[in-house]
Amino acid sequence: MPESPRTRSLVLILAKDLASRLATPVFVVDHEGMLLYFNEAAEPVLGRSYAEAGDLGAEEWATMFEPRDLDGNLLPLQDIPLGIALLKHKPAHRTLTIRAGDGVRRRLAITAFPLFAHRDEFVGAVAVFWEQDREGRG
Amino acid sequence: MRVTVWGCRGSLASPGPETVRYGGNTSCLEIRLSDDSLVVLDAGTGIRPLGVALAGEHLPRIDILLTHLHIDHLEGLGFFGPLWDPNAEIHVWGPASPTRSLEERIGMYLSPPLFPIHLREIPSHPIFHDVPPDEWRVGPATVKADFINHPGPTVGFRVLDEDRTLAYIPDHEPALGVDDLATASPEWVSGTGVAWGVDVLFHDAQYTQDEYDVRVGWGHSSTEHAVTFARLAKVRRYVMFHHDPQHSDEQLDRILAYARELWGEDGDSIEMAHEGLRVEV
Repeated sequence: MPESPRTRSLVLILAKDLASRLATPVFVVDHEGMLLYFNEAAEPVLGRSYAEAGDLGAEEWATMFEPRDLDGNLLPLQDIPLGIALLKHKPAHRTLTIRAGDGVRRRLAITAFPLFAHRDEFVGAVAVFWEQDREGRG
Repeated sequence: MRVTVWGCRGSLASPGPETVRYGGNTSCLEIRLSDDSLVVLDAGTGIRPLGVALAGEHLPRIDILLTHLHIDHLEGLGFFGPLWDPNAEIHVWGPASPTRSLEERIGMYLSPPLFPIHLREIPSHPIFHDVPPDEWRVGPATVKADFINHPGPTVGFRVLDEDRTLAYIPDHEPALGVDDLATASPEWVSGTGVAWGVDVLFHDAQYTQDEYDVRVGWGHSSTEHAVTFARLAKVRRYVMFHHDPQHSDEQLDRILAYARELWGEDGDSIEMAHEGLRVEV
């Protein structure tokens, strides 16, 4: 019998598929925080393509974009919405700034939520985000 | 393993002169494991004649594995003879929902007003098990259930017995969730964890491509998707299953011929399920 491939949770398959069809920027990670996918709409906001992103763990994607609060303070993983969804398994929302891959600092409103395939089976998390101008308009 | 098809129709039982060769009963397979113990896959109307055939056979235990609770996979359960034998030990395995156990969900059907007798009054007092996330043992076999792409909680089953494997995914839409099934990475295709490399796969082939195109999201496969999925999962033998109730015997003959063209070399490795079909795995 051929060696069995690693197979993903159906919830992640469908989350990735939904993200791929949305015009809203979406970022999907697995239960360990590994980047699984970000969609085409997210690419200009993050300043890089998904194809060039490679395998990124939570500590990598949480620091490479230098997330800061609106006072300019650096935010650790546990204080950004996707980190909260990943670590505490709770939904979260926050406005913050990132330095995108193209060097531009952008202000984003981010909503993140955990994905449970069953009540006790955490399989990953999703962040949906919107770029805002300095007045906070989406 | 010895497999007998007792029902292979999808959605709705469809008896009549136009379906007499492939059969009109809904999903039900009988598996005899290497020690002759009995596993039943799904409880469509095909489980009723299976129960009749079992009369007089004193089985110590029967395991019924339900992929999901759509009516064509459950409607025969109350008409399965051993269920009414107080001495029968019957275990029913299937998916829970996020809020209800398998037993609670089946109780919604096996109770008034949809059924005259309440579940708790059934003499055999079947034992219900929510399918576990990990493999489990049934007699000499190891069984694995994975959630697959079909509306509502639905699993496919993989049964391993004496190094032979069978996969059963009667309702499945693998094309949903990938851009192109033919070139998709197997890890991102629903159902590959169940079907990968099995000796025999029973899999949804409900629609023609034209029918599928106006039923995207209904949870089933076109002929093209079914063959592509079986090839992607590197199965050795594929049995097309869950025939649309509108498809006559003649239409199913044509669909099989087309599927064999798609399969290419070794076209005998693909066949159409029909009632009474026996498969040695």
